[in-house]
Amino acid sequence: MAVTVSIPTILRTHTGGEKTVSAAGATLAEVIDNLEANHGGLKARLVKDGTLHRFVNVYVNDEDVRFAGGLEAKVADGDNVTILPAVAGG
Amino acid sequence: MLQIRRDLVDAMVAHARRDHPDEACGVIAGPEGSDRPERFIPMLNAARSPTFYEFDSTDLLRLYRDMDSRDEVPVVIYHSHTATEAYPSRTDISYASEPDAHYVLVSTRDPEVHELRSYRIVDGVVTEEPVEVVESYRFAHTGPDDVPERG
Repeated sequence: MAVTVSIPTILRTHTGGEKTVSAAGATLAEVIDNLEANHGGLKARLVKDGTLHRFVNVYVNDEDVRFAGGLEAKVADGDNVTILPAVAGG
Repeated sequence: MLQIRRDLVDAMVAHARRDHPDEACGVIAGPEGSDRPERFIPMLNAARSPTFYEFDSTDLLRLYRDMDSRDEVPVVIYHSHTATEAYPSRTDISYASEPDAHYVLVSTRDPEVHELRSYRIVDGVVTEEPVEVVESYRFAHTGPDDVPERG
């Protein structure tokens, strides 16, 4: 199943500057593994100790995956996955 | 260097004063590649805290989609410190992930006089930069050769 993944500026070094890339998978975890296979280094920027890194927000279509199963969030053919760095600080 | 219109500086300071003692935060978007802050977008601090700020995740998605559709980028990302100086905290540095943005900090710890400073934060390295406040970008000098040295 193919999904479109939007890549934020800071991670585009891993995609040759591309803003959007295609990936495959039935869950977010599978999509990230598939991204890693084609764009090495991305997974480590997104996943830490088996969960999503707290510095990034990931959305499937309009939904923050933190409220939809995290890495186990389901993705369907044609879905849009958006990765955004959290904007936060102290 | 950050070159920024006075009305945008005033808007950031007003937002910081309004939300004091909680931290205020927001973005000034501008055309991609221009490095020119133009569209003031105050954001809600989802943390509503005097020591932390965070864009709400739904607001964040909406903001980036909106900027994308206008071919804009976050030229300035600002937030306030309400009890400390306008210098990035360790938390600010760990979260900073827009290498092309100017990170502007406004301190409101003094009720009369604010402090506003700007930084680049790239790979955990903080570099302060001068802030040039202008009335209009149209009449502002843009080439490095046009700008006289300041003492």
